[in-house]
This record gives sequence, structure tokens and C-alpha cells, in this order.
Amino acid sequence: MQRKRFLKDIIAGRLMLVLTVFSGLIVFLMALGLYFRSQPILAVKPLSDLLFSSGWHPLRGEFGFLPFITGTLWVTGVAVAIAIPFSLLTAIYLSEYAPRGLREWLKPLIDLLAGIPSVVYGVWGVLVIVPLIKDYIAPFYGTFSTGYSVLAGGIVLAIMVFPIIIHVSLEIFNAVPYEMREASWALGATQWQTIKHVVLRKALPGVIAASVLGLSRAFGETMAVLMVAGNVAKNPTSVLDPAYPLPALIANNYGEMLSIPLYDSALLLAALILLLVVLFFNIISRIILVRIEGSV
Amino acid sequence: MDKRKIEENIFKGLMIASTVMILSSLALIIGTVIMKGLPAMSMSMITQTPKGGYYLGKEGGVLNAIVGSLYVAGGGTLLSLLISLPMVLFLNVYVKRTSLLAVFTRFSLDVLWGVPSIVYGAFGFSIMLYLGLRASVLGGIIALSLLMLPIMSRAMDEVIRMVPQELFDASYALGATKLETAVKVIVRQTLPGILTAVLIAFGRGIGDAASVIFTTGFTDHIPTSLFQPAATLPLAIFFQLGTPFPEVQERAYASALILTVIILAVSVASRILTKRFTRNIVK
Repeated sequence: MQRKRFLKDIIAGRLMLVLTVFSGLIVFLMALGLYFRSQPILAVKPLSDLLFSSGWHPLRGEFGFLPFITGTLWVTGVAVAIAIPFSLLTAIYLSEYAPRGLREWLKPLIDLLAGIPSVVYGVWGVLVIVPLIKDYIAPFYGTFSTGYSVLAGGIVLAIMVFPIIIHVSLEIFNAVPYEMREASWALGATQWQTIKHVVLRKALPGVIAASVLGLSRAFGETMAVLMVAGNVAKNPTSVLDPAYPLPALIANNYGEMLSIPLYDSALLLAALILLLVVLFFNIISRIILVRIEGSV
Repeated sequence: MDKRKIEENIFKGLMIASTVMILSSLALIIGTVIMKGLPAMSMSMITQTPKGGYYLGKEGGVLNAIVGSLYVAGGGTLLSLLISLPMVLFLNVYVKRTSLLAVFTRFSLDVLWGVPSIVYGAFGFSIMLYLGLRASVLGGIIALSLLMLPIMSRAMDEVIRMVPQELFDASYALGATKLETAVKVIVRQTLPGILTAVLIAFGRGIGDAASVIFTTGFTDHIPTSLFQPAATLPLAIFFQLGTPFPEVQERAYASALILTVIILAVSVASRILTKRFTRNIVK
């Protein structure tokens, strides 16, 4: 009886260990798997050619990622430029000014924003943002746009990124000791001076980490961008031009590519690039966040 | 008024403005989905599968996608739970917080959390090609379970790490093994929190499109086995919106409403569970 219990314990422990190690290794398995699958194209073409040429003609064997990379950078850039100021201001307000009751009310609402599926964001973008750009914003600047543009993608992505930056920033501000604020007030500083010189200064690394997390989410987001960014494989030159970001490229073409040589390899290389960039951003921001957690 | 007061007021104004703006974007999104979706809703949308010519504006509904989504997200949640729960218990009961394995696994899961869903889709699809599987319910379940794994396990981890050390000590003092402590004490103590984590992951999975686009495929029929392709709601929305016919686009709005209602229901349910959980916890 006793022995059976201990045996069970040991067997279960081993099984759990296997599952744990497996889960910890998934990231590496994904990177390795995608790397091997993108080998065929890397063997034929140098990486620099693929990354810095613009010709995308799979039937002729030309795979230039440049327009997709610039498309991703434009859309992500616009999204981050909108998202960071708004979410930081909101996070500061919720953490430093808002009464406790209000904060407890608003937090779930902002988390709700994170729960809305990206396809619903896409539908909303098509219904609201695209016409807004086509009928008001583009004519205002005296140009024409179909509305399906970098700006539309950027706005939709910014809203999707808000809850991530706000959520992480709130935790960071929370970790700044209350005594530090009291010390600053005691010296006669106003609330805003305290925030500017004490809270923000102390929280800066964490705020950067939060923004980078948001950025990497925007970088890899697929469905919503696919629906509103226009998908024209050209380098955008203004925010009103259409763009064709990398994730949209993969989503639009995967499945059709099995009959064209090297096509699937090229798309999996695109997925690998996406994964590596996102991993890079995530690892940096997680290291910063773990440090903060450890120091408080 | 002195200069610092003016600066303070300007920034406070900006903060309130951006808070209001973010909240109104939430209201605007949900409002738009309801306003556009409700007029297009009908009983046949949720009780029928697409009939011939559905995508040209003829009769039918999206029952195939609703059922398909529930199958794939449900299966994915179950598979993910089977991996997450033992793993989280292991991390909290069997190893020390500061051990290399625990630190590494938690870090790795955090990083995994940020991987875009399209990458899960592409990776899942290459696994399926390797195994010789075609787009199917099973493929979608595999891709979604990977996508949900970091979400579910991190949420569970947050709950289980709040369990006070005394509870472990009490259980060990009674002679329980680690397994018995984990299953009979910790799981029971944190059950509402575990359910919340499961619901959060389910909500994330049912709304995700990019990971199921190649792995699950699309069909007008309700799948009857794991190896058949299935329709999913996000993709049904995407395809219907992509047709040039206004009647079909209207149905995309109705489908978006259905999906949003499911997500909101799951979210409310998990919030209620969280409230319960914090009430019952032993401190």
C-alpha cells in the first residue's frame, strides 16, 4: 500500500517532468522546425538577396521579401506611434490619479479589449476606419486613397495593442514603492512632478519593456491587418498607401503554394523571420521585466 | 496660478482624454458589431448549415462554423489542459521556484506567449505535412493547443503560486506524497482559478483565425470525425466579408456578432469565477 503510493508519486513526477521539459522546449522546436523547412530556399539563394530585393514572382522563382518587410515596418511603426502615448497616459491616469473604485471598474473593460478576436477588429476596421480614411482623411490631405492603407492597419493594431501596454505598465507603476511618492510630495512636489521625476524615472525600463511587448504583438498580428491594410506588394511611401505585411503574406498564400517549387520554403522562411524578430523583442522585454520583479 | 499647476492640469487633461478615447474605442467596436450584426441576425443563421449558393446570397446559416469552432477550440482547450495542469503542478509542487528548470520553463512560456498565431499556424501545418495529415479538426486542435498552452499555464501558475506554503506543509505533515498534495489539496483549493484559466484560453482560441486557416481548412459540412476539415467562425466571417455580395457581407456582421457574444459570455463567466475564487482562498 505504502509502496504503491510512493511509486505513483514517482511515476507521476517523471511524467510531469517530461511534459514540463516539452513545454519549455516548444519555442526551440518551432524555430528549429521552421529553420529546417526554410533550408531549401536558403540553399539556393543568399539571405541578403531574399531580404533586400523587391521582386515577388513565385512562378519565376523570384522571392524578394523587401516590400513585405517595409510593409510590416510601416504598419507596426504607425501602430506603436499611436499606441504608446495613449496607453501610457491612460496607465498613468489609472495608476496615479483615478480613484480606486474607478480603476477597479475600468481594468476589466480594458482587458475586454484584449479579448476581442482579431477578425472582429478586422470587420470593425473595414466598417469604420477604412471609410473614414477614404472619405475624410485622404481628401483632407488632397490625395486619393481606397482607405485600405498603412494608416488603417496602424489604427486597428494600435487599439489591439492598448490593453497589453496598459496592463504591463500598470503592474510596473504598482511596483514603484509608495514611499518614494510620499518622499517627493513631502519635498513639495506636485502630483505631476512626482510622476515625471520619480515614478516615470523609476519605471522607465519597465515602460520600455511594456512598449516592446506591444510592438511585437503588432508585428505579428495577422488577421486584422490582412483585412484592412490593402495587400499590395509595393514599398509604401506614405501612410495612405496600401501595405502588404509579412503575416498577411503567409496567411494569403499558404495552402496554394504546394505546387510551386520553393514557394512553401519561402513562406516558412517568412514565418521564421517573424518568429525570430518577435522572440528577440520578447526575450529583451521579459529579461527587463524579470529583473524588475526580482528587484522589488 | 503657477506654472507647475498649469502643466499638471494640461497633462491630467491629456490623460483623461486618452482614457476616454480608449474606452470609447471599445464601445465603438462592440457598438458597431451589434448595430451591424443584429439586423442581419436570424434563426437560420444559427440553426442551418450553408445551402447551395449560400455565398451568392442564398439560404443557409453558419451552424457549420459555430460547431466547427466549438469542436476545435474545445479539443484544443482539453489537450492544452492535459499538458498545462501537470506542468504547472510540477513547477509549483515538485521543484523550487528558483530552480533552473522552473525559471527556464516560466521564461520560455512567457516568450511563447508573444509568438504570433500565424507562426503557430505555419508550424502546425508543417507538422501535419510531416505526419501526412490533411487540414482537419485534429490539425486545428494541435495548433490551437500550442497557442493556448502559454496562456493557460501562465494563468494557472499565477493562481497556484498564491497558495500559502502552510497548506503544503499541512498536507506533508499528514504524510501525503507530493502527488497527493498536488491533486487532492492544491487542485481542489485552486479549482475556480484553474477553470478561469481554461476559460481564458478557450476564449482566446475560439477567436483565433490565423492559426486555424491552414490547419483546419474550411467546409460547409459539420465534421463527423477528427480527420475531416471543419469551418471555424473567424474564417467564416473573413470569407463572407470577402465576397462582393452585400447580403453575404451582412451575414459576416451577424457571424461577428455571434463570435463576440460567445467571447463576452466566456469573459463574464471567467470574471465571476475569479470573484468566487478570491472569496474562498485560504489566506
